[in-house]
Amino acid sequence: MTNAPLNVRSLQDQLQSLARREGISKWDLGASRSSSASVQVDRGEAKQLKAAQRSSITVRVWNQQGLVGITSTSDLSDSGLEKALMGAHQASEFGNPDDVPGFSPLATAPQPDLHRPVQEAQGIQRLLEQLLDAERQLLGRHPAIGTLPYNAMNEGSSERIYLNSEGALRQAQRTQASIFLMARAEESGRKPRSGGAVRLALGSRDLDLSGCIDEAAERTISHLNYQPIDTGRYLVCFTPEAFLDLIGSFSSMLNARAVLDGVSLSKPESIGDQLAVPFFNLTDNGLHPAHVGAMPFDGEGTPTRALPLIREGRLENFLHSEATARHFGVNPTGHAGMGAKVSVGPDWFEVSRTPSMNTGADHLDHATSVDTFVLIESLSALHAGVKASQGAFSLPFDGWLVQGGERISVEAATVAGDIRELLRSIVHLEPESVITHEGVSPYVWVDGLAITGEA
Amino acid sequence: MQTTLQKSSAGFNDLNPGHHPWRQRLDALLNAGVSAGADLVEVFLERTDHLGVLAEQDKITSVGPSFGMGAGIRVFRSGRDGFVSTNDLSDQGLEEALHQALAMLQLNASTLASPSSFDGLGPLRDYGSSKNTWLDSTPDLVTITQRLLEGTHCLQKRGQHLDVRRGSFARDWQEVLVAASDGTFARDIRLHQSSGLSVLAADGEHRSSIARRYGSSDRPDDLCHWNVDASAQEVCDSAAKMLRADYVDGGQMPVVLANRFGGVIFHEACGHLLETTQVERGSTPFADSIGESIAHSAVTAIDEGVSGGAFGSISMDDEGMEPQRTVLIENGILQCFLSDRAGEMRTGHARTGSGRRQSHGFAAASRMRNTYIDAGPHSIDDLISSVDHGLYCKSMGAGSVGATGQFNFSVEEGYLIKNGQLGQPVKGATLIGDAKEVMPRISMCADDLELAAGYCGSVSGSVFVTVGQPHVKVDSITVGGR
Repeated sequence: MTNAPLNVRSLQDQLQSLARREGISKWDLGASRSSSASVQVDRGEAKQLKAAQRSSITVRVWNQQGLVGITSTSDLSDSGLEKALMGAHQASEFGNPDDVPGFSPLATAPQPDLHRPVQEAQGIQRLLEQLLDAERQLLGRHPAIGTLPYNAMNEGSSERIYLNSEGALRQAQRTQASIFLMARAEESGRKPRSGGAVRLALGSRDLDLSGCIDEAAERTISHLNYQPIDTGRYLVCFTPEAFLDLIGSFSSMLNARAVLDGVSLSKPESIGDQLAVPFFNLTDNGLHPAHVGAMPFDGEGTPTRALPLIREGRLENFLHSEATARHFGVNPTGHAGMGAKVSVGPDWFEVSRTPSMNTGADHLDHATSVDTFVLIESLSALHAGVKASQGAFSLPFDGWLVQGGERISVEAATVAGDIRELLRSIVHLEPESVITHEGVSPYVWVDGLAITGEA
Repeated sequence: MQTTLQKSSAGFNDLNPGHHPWRQRLDALLNAGVSAGADLVEVFLERTDHLGVLAEQDKITSVGPSFGMGAGIRVFRSGRDGFVSTNDLSDQGLEEALHQALAMLQLNASTLASPSSFDGLGPLRDYGSSKNTWLDSTPDLVTITQRLLEGTHCLQKRGQHLDVRRGSFARDWQEVLVAASDGTFARDIRLHQSSGLSVLAADGEHRSSIARRYGSSDRPDDLCHWNVDASAQEVCDSAAKMLRADYVDGGQMPVVLANRFGGVIFHEACGHLLETTQVERGSTPFADSIGESIAHSAVTAIDEGVSGGAFGSISMDDEGMEPQRTVLIENGILQCFLSDRAGEMRTGHARTGSGRRQSHGFAAASRMRNTYIDAGPHSIDDLISSVDHGLYCKSMGAGSVGATGQFNFSVEEGYLIKNGQLGQPVKGATLIGDAKEVMPRISMCADDLELAAGYCGSVSGSVFVTVGQPHVKVDSITVGGR
């Protein structure tokens, strides 16, 4: 296919030559290329088979006044590159003189070795066979499971490049595969229920298919026996996935860009503030071995690293780009995108309990506790129900009311609260950390959350 | 200072068959696909030009242009399909994409599995012929930046306690060429522009964040007609009212949903379940309900792609079919599903010009366009006064629907209703329910239908849509709160 690996030297030479011709002395470029294949099935038949080859570049240019402009394109032809450079140069006339990004001082620093061997693709027909088999197995787990309305198996490779006019040159490749199974079950006279599971791996051969089938089946079946829940305040236990989703939705409180823009709950002087209970720790660890999508550098070429954000409940660091780091007088942290105004975002959250600290609630265990509590399995509609700049959330969830060790699925309900209060109301972090596809966290217990049900 | 960014409506990558031998190239490609045994082959070619501009406080902080091109090739055989997308529009790139799509269905061009039944492309239907100058007619960057800074200035003038003032603008231009082995050959140019204002108000521990977005299609000079001051006033009024609002107490209660973006309730609760994509998945409860009552008799719901300038309007869908006005529900009775090419093939529901996709990277799927509940006979006062204790949702946030038809959406600006009168403002409400239970409870529709622009994300990516309704009353729904 014509989606061959990116030729970095050629791109560099071409851009250098074009920039010289236009009198542009400072520029940088981010490029990416990806190739993927995916399959979906429907009750024993292939539904859709897809493949995609994508490539894109983003060019930034600093003009003679030192202002920055940017242009992105999927056209990697000579003319596309030239047009992107010219577009960026023109856009630089509208650059913001009060917030000019620069090159990361770490763009040429040694980068971490992620030890992510590139895996060979199995091919789309093999993916199809495996997904059909997975569907057959899952449909066979319970007579009420009638369809898998959402399912997919995917494998692909991608490549990312960063280079700049001062000689920085980064290049990384990775492969990734995933399987997603969501089953829908319906019993006579009852509402349909659903449950799903996802697995990621470096290659499709390494996917934990049976684990994904087991988890999707278990979750779906466990919601068949449901009841409405009374509206009230409850002791709540979040599964690792649910808690990571929630804390991720409020990552602006840890984001220096959001702080400077005034849309974060944190202020520049918030470093050192007690945000959470003392036994709570949060690290952004893009180097975690289970982070399948890890890249060794960010959009500005800064190396990826583990960054403690909250230590023993205190805010210790913000996530930074080059520009925000310069403002705060620290080093960039490897969390930047690329832009005229550079975005900043988290990579891979790792929630942990302070090793030496007892929570005082060690009797709480999601599997064995006889207390009455709500176990929240997953949160929905985070894009709608989270007001990150206000700290508020009101979210539909799937979960169970657990009483005396017996689990009854909650028919339909929402959980609401304030993230600052929640972090200060954590009563327990279970000792075992669970690796999920989006981070690492133990089960997290919070007291007094408002739940609205249909009872 | 240069005042305009280079725009890409013409040049080497032109998709106009009058300027480039696309007909011959596509004829050959489709012929190869059909000769290999495909039931149908479709090629979707696209060029795009996007501009996003952001103003914060009193400065322009981001100007983000991008442009691109690509192709999506879809091959059908026996109800299955293979889809390949690529950025490479060369002969070699397109041929390799076709071969890859054929191979997915275990076809290949060399086997000549069947004699070609492809009779060549039909006459070009060029919906874009009158739109070739649109991109060049859109406002230049100086005008755009001035309008946005005018917006943030109006926010400053109209608002109080505003920590953050933002204005944003997005322009999405797209040229598409669709060719299929059933003879379809159609070209279009689409132009969507949206502008918005948002604020974060803060006073001590009290905070409110309010945003409004306005969007249109096919109106190059729309930004020039934007009433910035009125928009700023609306945003600031809302932010002021919500700044010290209490969180709503959750529970079951009647709600009155305002017009315009209140239409998100129908979009999420029911609209998605009337797409043949959901019929195919077995995830709609209405699959066998044509001719049956699925909603209150007060409800007539329509999806169409023809309202002039509306965000979800199209001259042709992404499969080359002209849009229609599709009555989905009439007086509570289900009339029709929204269908695309694959939906028609797999479910038997006739295509409605609803095959849509975000870009060449997605296969088209049945998607909504301008979707709304039709106006009823009541006044707003009739609705409010009929509620003893409930919630008035003046402004809605985003929403979604899950695999079992459970929907949710957030309320950005709400007021309690007590004894038929509007009361104190409340925030933090999320409405949840499922379509089968909620649709029969939409019991009253007012006479003030209005539409609002939005974006809808689903199987074929994010597409421009319109939601709408008059004020409606839902007799009982779960209001999530604290």
